[in-house]
Amino acid sequence: MSFIQGQDLAKTYGSGEAAMTALDGVSFSIEKGEFVAVMGPSGSGKSTLLSVLGALNTPSRGRYLVDGLDIYALGSDQRADFRRQYLGFVFQSFNLVPYLSLCENVMLPLAVRKMASRQKRELAIAALGRVGLAGKQDRLPSQVSGGEQERTAVARALVNSPPILLADEPTGNLDARTSREVMELLARLGGEGMTIAMVTHSPDCAAYASRVINMQDGRLMEEGLMQVKLAACRA
Amino acid sequence: MNLKDIALLNLRRRKAKAAFVLAGLLIGVATMVALVGLAEALTHEINHKLEKYGANILVTPRSDQLSLTYEGMSLGGFSFETKELKEADLEKIRHIKNAGNLAAVGPMVLGVVRVGRQEVLLSGVDFEASEILKPWWKVEGAAPGPGQVVLGSEAARVLGLALGQEIVIQDRRLTISGLLTPTGSQDDGLIFSQVATAQGLLGKQGLVSMVEVAALCKDCPVEDMVEQISEVLPTAKVVAIQSVVKGRMETLKHFKSFGMGVSGLVALVGSLVVLVTMMASVKERTQEIGIFRAIGFRQSHVMRVVLLEAALLSLAAGVLGYLLGLGAGELALPLFSQGHGAHVAFDPWLAVGSLLLALVVGLAASLYPSLMAARMDPHEALRTL
Repeated sequence: MSFIQGQDLAKTYGSGEAAMTALDGVSFSIEKGEFVAVMGPSGSGKSTLLSVLGALNTPSRGRYLVDGLDIYALGSDQRADFRRQYLGFVFQSFNLVPYLSLCENVMLPLAVRKMASRQKRELAIAALGRVGLAGKQDRLPSQVSGGEQERTAVARALVNSPPILLADEPTGNLDARTSREVMELLARLGGEGMTIAMVTHSPDCAAYASRVINMQDGRLMEEGLMQVKLAACRA
Repeated sequence: MNLKDIALLNLRRRKAKAAFVLAGLLIGVATMVALVGLAEALTHEINHKLEKYGANILVTPRSDQLSLTYEGMSLGGFSFETKELKEADLEKIRHIKNAGNLAAVGPMVLGVVRVGRQEVLLSGVDFEASEILKPWWKVEGAAPGPGQVVLGSEAARVLGLALGQEIVIQDRRLTISGLLTPTGSQDDGLIFSQVATAQGLLGKQGLVSMVEVAALCKDCPVEDMVEQISEVLPTAKVVAIQSVVKGRMETLKHFKSFGMGVSGLVALVGSLVVLVTMMASVKERTQEIGIFRAIGFRQSHVMRVVLLEAALLSLAAGVLGYLLGLGAGELALPLFSQGHGAHVAFDPWLAVGSLLLALVVGLAASLYPSLMAARMDPHEALRTL
């Protein structure tokens, strides 16, 4: 059984004539340690798919299983616990809390864990070190560059040592050089055995993934076509 | 980093909103403390003044006859009884359980004497106790010593006597040491002397006709005291002057109702300020709450952050509001009080009460915003980015 499984996932917003189908019977599986990129044009349903994977958006139909756990059969609190224990999120717009230092932002997922403050701080500093931000822990998000903010978001996603990392356009707001740094960081994490699902528009970024899922009109497209293009990008 | 740290850091960041919530609660608590403190101080002062209204318990010999006088006007024959109380028994009144509540005990000896061809009521009174029992008495001249009397204004007019002259009562010459200025009461027609002088003139050595007791004070159990005096003086009839007691109770009731009403109103306004500000704060933090939920905060965790912020502000408002209210009450007191020495005193119960009030109002008003934050759909919250 695959580590992550989506079975006939559908999501419709609104009802009647105004109904809009974002996901239309999507089934897929992701193995442990895979780095999967989800590509597709705007409105293809890839962000909806990521929010379903993030246990944030209940599908209208279908099942979503992680490690054998039917996520949307869980209660609200259990789903929150699942997100905390299994998932790390990296958002396109960083989503750092502006009044918290980089270290405090990274410590956020630990805030509800019973652990000594000193230990939480040590874990956060170690996570910042992993993404190349050692020594910058006391700065506010506004005092560092966009790339550093994105790396802080990655550190926050890593601090709990979750098995899955979900990234939504992680380089969408970054320049080419910083994008490359962030993608190399994600590829390194993938190499360390982390399961990664990343939504991206960029073939350059998708090239770092071990597999690409292409979406259109809420459905999955064949994977083979994309592989050719990605091989060219890697070269 | 824990939920309390997040609450504290958010308060530090949103100083203006925090200050607004603090001000809303602080004004509410301060108003409550000032009003309650003022009411207490004024109640104390009013009680003090009421004590000056005079006697509120009358001790008379028990009788089987009904009175034939009303408000000092005789409506029948001779209604004055000749039964007396023993002066020595009066000491027992000073040893009742609530003796601490006794402001004054004034024995009075009454009897009819002849001055020339005129029959006049002679009253032997304790002039020291009269200062409390009959504070409206103003004596022109001096209080009577041994061998001296004070005349009521009407008695002086009818008898044609003036201050410093001599008066002959029961063949004994006495000096008029003072004249009682008109009181509008029965006292105007009486001659007053010391108790011993009257006892001597009336042949009632060791006896008193009645006793007036002033026992008004805060929370004074007048009815209990009537019972206690009745127990030690079984041959006496002990009566509380209900109008004074009821008047006092009515005054206190009105003061307290007013204080409670205004405090309730201000607390309501304070809670609305907290509610509106906290709701605005929650809406402003939609993104942040979305992040919290996405990284694994439960609904209860989000609620706890909002309620912790409210609790911290409420506690601060409770402490500062109490101090501010105490100061405001003290400053406002001269506007309401005519007395000297009245002040809004530190009251530990009021301090605890103001803390609890701030906490209850702050938390109750923040409950809905915290629920709103907790129930926020994390997917929707993150879509607002």
